[in-house]
Amino acid sequence: MADPMRIRATVAGDSTEVKVLMSHEMETGQRKDAQGKTVPAWFIQSVTATYNGKTVMSAQWGPAVAKNPFLAFKFKGGAKGEKVQITWTDNRGDKRTDEAVIS
Amino acid sequence: MQAMKFRRTGRAALAACAAVTMTAALAQSSAVDEIAKYRAALQDGNPAELWEARGEDLWNAPRGPKNVSFATCDLGQGPGVVKGAYAQLPRYFADADRVMDLETRLVYCMVTQQGYGQPEAMKSPFGGPGTKSDIEALVAYVTSQSRGVKMNVPLAHPKEKEAFALGEKMFVYRGGTHDFSCATCHAEDDKRIRLQDLPNLMTVAGAQKAYTTWPAYRVSQGELRTFQWRLNDCFRQQRFPELIFTSDASIALTMYLARNANGAAFDAPAIKR
Repeated sequence: MADPMRIRATVAGDSTEVKVLMSHEMETGQRKDAQGKTVPAWFIQSVTATYNGKTVMSAQWGPAVAKNPFLAFKFKGGAKGEKVQITWTDNRGDKRTDEAVIS
Repeated sequence: MQAMKFRRTGRAALAACAAVTMTAALAQSSAVDEIAKYRAALQDGNPAELWEARGEDLWNAPRGPKNVSFATCDLGQGPGVVKGAYAQLPRYFADADRVMDLETRLVYCMVTQQGYGQPEAMKSPFGGPGTKSDIEALVAYVTSQSRGVKMNVPLAHPKEKEAFALGEKMFVYRGGTHDFSCATCHAEDDKRIRLQDLPNLMTVAGAQKAYTTWPAYRVSQGELRTFQWRLNDCFRQQRFPELIFTSDASIALTMYLARNANGAAFDAPAIKR
């Protein structure tokens, strides 16, 4: 089980800014270990953010994204006290969903 | 005529040389500025927070054979008190009759209170690819609770003075295949290795700037690195035998550098290239 994400969401004017830190190895599949064997690719493939059951952001990622990725985005709307949900899925089928209350 | 021509070429070459030096100096300062900008941009999403969060969970969770949390662990400010504790470490602990740094104290609590064996408690001081270190996460959490707190390492007890004096001696002790000491790289202003500025740890400002910004998330390694790791890596670079984790020597050197940073506000976990 992957470690939890750190999510911060704040209302700024008519939109909400969301900042997410994810804990993930993000192996490219290009690296070799000490024995010279290729380290298999292992990375987050898709990220979605939902607010009130509606998808407000979705992304497709590849192996070029850094380890322990940081994602920041804004969406229109959002209100204090409401929740934003973030879900990522990696190429092994691992999944993690976390939510944060908008402040 | 021939001679004049030669002289002219010589002068041109000299001018070219000067230009190269100037560009190098410019490139140097702008590269340092760019690195500073890069760090500032990363500060907002510092992955060190992931370590802090994991460390907080570890701190509060019942652990070990005795199934107790760190709530009874005294870091010098009373049992379970984390706030500001790191800013006053290393220090003398009467219960152990020894000067201890944070890592040593954590191991001490794991052994005396949580019931771990000494080797078990000490087995993974540093994380790496595929392996996570609980100690590192705990250090990230505890240090984060001293952010903004002024460094105030005590130097009252005779054993604290002894550790400080030993640390100072170690700092200037030359040895190894390269006849290096810590002071070889860290006792002059404006020195660098490649593009990395080297702090002058013999000055208050240098020690403060260096000590208060560890632990840090190293972007190039994708890992949170502790001050203990920094010391070990310096030893590796000097071709010294690696510092033994929780040894008196390791604590003494930490004591010397931590004490020199007194008066500065602690500002870590930080983020570095």
